[in-house]
Amino acid sequence: MTTTRPPETIPAALEIHDVHKWYGAHRVLDGIDLTVRPGEVTVVIGPSGSGKSTLLRVVNHLEKPEIGHVSVGGELIGVKRGSGGRLRELSERTILAQRSRIGFVFQNFNLFPHLTVLDNVAAAPVATGRLTKPEAQELARELLTRVGLGDRTGAYPRQLSGGQQQRVAIARALALRPGIILFDEPTSALDPELVGEVLSVIKDLATSGTTLVIVTHEIGFAREVADRIVFIDGGRIVEQGPPAQVLDKPRHERTRDFLSKVL
Amino acid sequence: MSEPPGAAVSLAEAPPVDTPSKSFASQRVQPLPRPGRWITTAVVLVVVAQIVHGLATNPFYQWDRFRYWFLRPAILDGLGVTLEVTALSAVLGLLGGILLALGRLSGSPVLRAVSWTYTWLFRSVPLIVLLIFLYNFSALYKTLSLGIPFGPAFVTFDESRLATDMTVAVIGLSLNEAAYAAEVVRGGILSVDQGQHEAAAALGLPKGYQFTRIVFPQALRSITPNYVNQLIGLIKSTSLVFYVSLLDLFGSVQSMGSTYPGDIVPLLLVATVWYLILTSLVSVVQFYVERYFARGATRSLPPTPLQKARAALTDLRARLRREAAV
Repeated sequence: MTTTRPPETIPAALEIHDVHKWYGAHRVLDGIDLTVRPGEVTVVIGPSGSGKSTLLRVVNHLEKPEIGHVSVGGELIGVKRGSGGRLRELSERTILAQRSRIGFVFQNFNLFPHLTVLDNVAAAPVATGRLTKPEAQELARELLTRVGLGDRTGAYPRQLSGGQQQRVAIARALALRPGIILFDEPTSALDPELVGEVLSVIKDLATSGTTLVIVTHEIGFAREVADRIVFIDGGRIVEQGPPAQVLDKPRHERTRDFLSKVL
Repeated sequence: MSEPPGAAVSLAEAPPVDTPSKSFASQRVQPLPRPGRWITTAVVLVVVAQIVHGLATNPFYQWDRFRYWFLRPAILDGLGVTLEVTALSAVLGLLGGILLALGRLSGSPVLRAVSWTYTWLFRSVPLIVLLIFLYNFSALYKTLSLGIPFGPAFVTFDESRLATDMTVAVIGLSLNEAAYAAEVVRGGILSVDQGQHEAAAALGLPKGYQFTRIVFPQALRSITPNYVNQLIGLIKSTSLVFYVSLLDLFGSVQSMGSTYPGDIVPLLLVATVWYLILTSLVSVVQFYVERYFARGATRSLPPTPLQKARAALTDLRARLRREAAV
């Protein structure tokens, strides 16, 4: 309970506690426990259909877990503790406010095609009432310059390459100054020669001390940026640890098997 | 590095038959002669000319009477009524359609059922039946009142004063229009990629903002052509308001026709030409509205007719210059 925790302890950036999720009879997540410290870069790997994306989507409550709960920065997501310690669903408005503090980058970018690049980045801070329009546009220009697109602010997303679109999507997530950013296979929809430009932007974020959770198939990149690798299979965490341990000396047969296929 | 192998070598070694000769390469390809196309073109042109000639010279059409009636105040008054009824019903119908579509897509089973039933009912009842039914509505309910449901009333209206012919016509057409518009709007909303809903939700954008600024503007791109289709149907459906004793364009033509039975054909032509003009205006507006909503959906916007004409002119000039040079 919250009162039992000593007040001086810094809360975990992300805490996933015994999360189960199923669609009909199909179990996607089967009891996931994971704690991410502030500033830590966690890379989640695993075969397709293992539940990696669902896990990320549970964190910002795009999917509701059937059992278990998630908290970000010490705050429960999507639920609150009611009387007797029972979990109660939060109002949609509160959940939306919570989501605005969690960055999310999609595999397919999902930029708003009818808005310019600048408006894509500036929209959310204005809509959530944090910044005025001029302030948000100023911030958007700054962030777009940071991801190397300061000269494309007036373009529409479909006029950009995939790599450029994904960099805009990262700037859009950053515009809300989130405490944690979730990446759902950010380079899987890109041509091979465009992967590098997106990964280098993510690498910059990783070294700047932002808390990141990245689902990816880029094992080389994982080795380079991860503080911790989490290997998931069948909706369970099979093993986790620093890259040198999980990638080079995996303890489990399934991890070895998976790595032999992707490396 | 030595000479690169490949193209240069194989070209030099290629048999002479395959080597394109210089004179051959610089020549332009002669288009295939298509005599059949010329024959059908001629036949169609003759038929069109015959029809136009018939229209112009057949005394049955009485074009002098057409000219007399075309801008008569009685006809223009009718046109005004048609425009007013169309505009009001189009706006009210679309608003109703948006609400019904949102109801159909909402999480509440009651709202979904009510929206579905509404659409089912009003798409099933012929518009003329609905209009005449509403016309007699004041006989069914003498007064309408605003107040607590099943409780005391705050304001009470006398139905016979509230329900003018115009009100009845607009309400009837709007009720009918909303049922169709609901499906058009719902189709438009469904056509927006699920990723857009997710991205808007993931950014924590407020619910109203998600709909009005992210989803609906994108839905409008596919709503526009379908709704304009509806709108053109609506312009013509307004001719039914004649049956609730409202004199619209068709109504004025009809009443003038019974006063001047000899002029019935030119009067019908007057109505036809006015409906053609209205539909054409709507189509022009449609082009620019669609172009506006195409921003971002295509890499470059489709050219306007003016831009197209300019490009064609430049093209023609370049071609003439080329021909002159040869």
